[in-house]
Amino acid sequence: MPENIIEDFTKGEYKYGFTSDIETDIIPTGLNEDVVRLISAKKEEPEWLLNFRLKAFEHWKKLEPPTWAHLDIPEIDFQKISYFAAPKKKVKSMDEVDPELIKTFNKLGIPLEEQMALSGMAVDAVMDSVSVKTTFKENLMEKGIIFCSFSEAVKHHPDLVQKYLGSVVPYADNYYAALNSAVFSDGSFVYIPKGVRCPMELSTYFRINAENTGQFERTLIVADEEAYVSYLEGCTAPQRDENQLHAAIVEIIVHDNAEVKYSTVQNWYPGDKNGNGGIYNFVTKRGICHENAKLSWTQVETGSAITWKYPSCILKGDNSSAEFYSVAVTNNYQQADTGTKMIHLGKNTRSHIVSKGISAGKSQNSYRGLVKVAKNAENSRNYSQCDSLLLGDKCGAHTFPYMDINNKSSVVEHEATTSKISEEQIFYCNQRGISTEDAIGLIVNGYAKEVINKLPMEFAVEAQKLLQVSLEGSVG
Amino acid sequence: MLEIKDLHANINGKEILKGINLTIKEGEVHAIMGPNGSGKSTLSAVLAGNPNYEVTKGSASFLGKNLLELSPEDRSREGLFLSFQYPVEIQGVSMVNFMRAAVNEHRKYKKLPALSASDFLKLMRERKEFVELDNSLANRSVNEGFSGGEKKRNEIFQMAMLEPRLSILDETDSGLDIDALRIVANGVNKLKNPHSSTIVITHYQRLLDYIKPDIVHVLYKGQIVKTGTPDLALELEERGYDWIKKELGE
Repeated sequence: MPENIIEDFTKGEYKYGFTSDIETDIIPTGLNEDVVRLISAKKEEPEWLLNFRLKAFEHWKKLEPPTWAHLDIPEIDFQKISYFAAPKKKVKSMDEVDPELIKTFNKLGIPLEEQMALSGMAVDAVMDSVSVKTTFKENLMEKGIIFCSFSEAVKHHPDLVQKYLGSVVPYADNYYAALNSAVFSDGSFVYIPKGVRCPMELSTYFRINAENTGQFERTLIVADEEAYVSYLEGCTAPQRDENQLHAAIVEIIVHDNAEVKYSTVQNWYPGDKNGNGGIYNFVTKRGICHENAKLSWTQVETGSAITWKYPSCILKGDNSSAEFYSVAVTNNYQQADTGTKMIHLGKNTRSHIVSKGISAGKSQNSYRGLVKVAKNAENSRNYSQCDSLLLGDKCGAHTFPYMDINNKSSVVEHEATTSKISEEQIFYCNQRGISTEDAIGLIVNGYAKEVINKLPMEFAVEAQKLLQVSLEGSVG
Repeated sequence: MLEIKDLHANINGKEILKGINLTIKEGEVHAIMGPNGSGKSTLSAVLAGNPNYEVTKGSASFLGKNLLELSPEDRSREGLFLSFQYPVEIQGVSMVNFMRAAVNEHRKYKKLPALSASDFLKLMRERKEFVELDNSLANRSVNEGFSGGEKKRNEIFQMAMLEPRLSILDETDSGLDIDALRIVANGVNKLKNPHSSTIVITHYQRLLDYIKPDIVHVLYKGQIVKTGTPDLALELEERGYDWIKKELGE
């Protein structure tokens, strides 16, 4: 009967759920000071970085996990997680890469061999705790662009790393940020020198493979004055019954007149239709904009059992601007509490927020956003639009907008809508020859269009497919 | 083309259709008239496969196939088109994307290759002329912000795109002013061909001045109680339905 049409929402299969048989160097589970020291030693880190980690760890021990999000988070036993796993073989050239590893990334559609990279996109591939390969590194270096794994950056560009690490997200920022700062393994580092426009999309692909491990990557992007870069991030994980923890930090520094676009397609394993397994995704992403700088966050969130994530921007410089475009899909028992923080400090700063939530099954989907305008941020402007789309009547959509406005010349606007895919709409599509699955795809992609259009071309096509797959079987 | 025998159907357990018998041949235009609540819209919904209705008895064959066994989308692909009385709005889905999906699904069903973007747009430009819709149509969301008249013209436009064998026009005249009525009716007439048939569901003779029926039926309390020539429609216009009720002994 009609209710069933929008009820059986759970046949969608996760197509990245395979595991790869790769020899892995994995440290025993558990977390203490020795483990922090061990990670640092394995990565042959300088003293200052070890001290950074130790300070973070000391601080983390004093913290409690945050409980303010609209999430039901089972207690996590941090002693049952392994904090470092790496594919065993060290890689110097492509010939030395474990063929299983190449196979894995090919299966994910990420070509590691440069001649195969069709789109001219530079890729950094991170498997479990380490970066396995960065493509086009040499080509980029000719323009002075640094694009490498975080570990390499520590070795070859320690001054840059030391200058910026923790400058936007201090280790004491929050519980998961402190944890990441103590045990982070690898990630990507990007530096675009003054006046340089990065000629290709830079992209990092994160993959969790090993069992019982957490992934704690750290990304640091610095765009020097008048520089420009577009950066993409993708992620997947094998299908497992137990939950795995992913706690990352992304820091972005956008200097005067520079621009950074950061796009994410997050497709961590969401758990099965009964809510077993899946990734806990607790991520701190933040950027700082100096004078006349621009930062744009675009995210398509379809994966993870639990998502806790608020890509934010500190608009420090006068005339700087930021955007946040988000589509978050939850299905089955997934939970998402995601949104942004826009902190207006400079004069004439502008921010634009477009959040599109799509909830299906028995999932809970929340938007949480803060717009803060400081006393001196004259003529600041914010516009927020938060839309929710519901499929069925067992899911939830929530909006938690916070505003803290301390300047009278500023204008802040917030609009919110909630809509539902109705049986009448589905039947109308059916009557024109469009199947129910395709009808949902059309409606969902139409709804998310504004955000999808912000993604680079190749990603947009992927994201559209992903939206449809994520909701497959949602309507019977 | 369409043969309905002793069709009974319920909504929420209440029987609305109580034994419909109706045969429609290729090329014919049938008008179904009747007072409010007689089951006219239910009949069109049941034929199109609306899941809110339950068929409890009887049969319906369409082009030799058991219509009642087909999914709503397959009924459409087989060539059955329903012009809705109240077309729904679908936010964010442009007419061009919507119709392209529909047309290509129909083509896939007939094992034809999908139309290229340029061929599709050409077809769309050509067909919107039938109902005098302007160029902005393609990028507007399906029925969103359309006036009552535009919604009905949009239904006939979709009919022109899908070239159905059997079209059911469910009170296509309701809410239309006289100009819009003329445009819609002209569109329907231009689409008429010897192999397609039409069921016109209406309260009023007015529409039948433009779309000439071959046969007129009166539906009352879930049954077809009278069938006649177009003169029957004129008589109903003049005398109302009471005389029919009297004939039935009410």
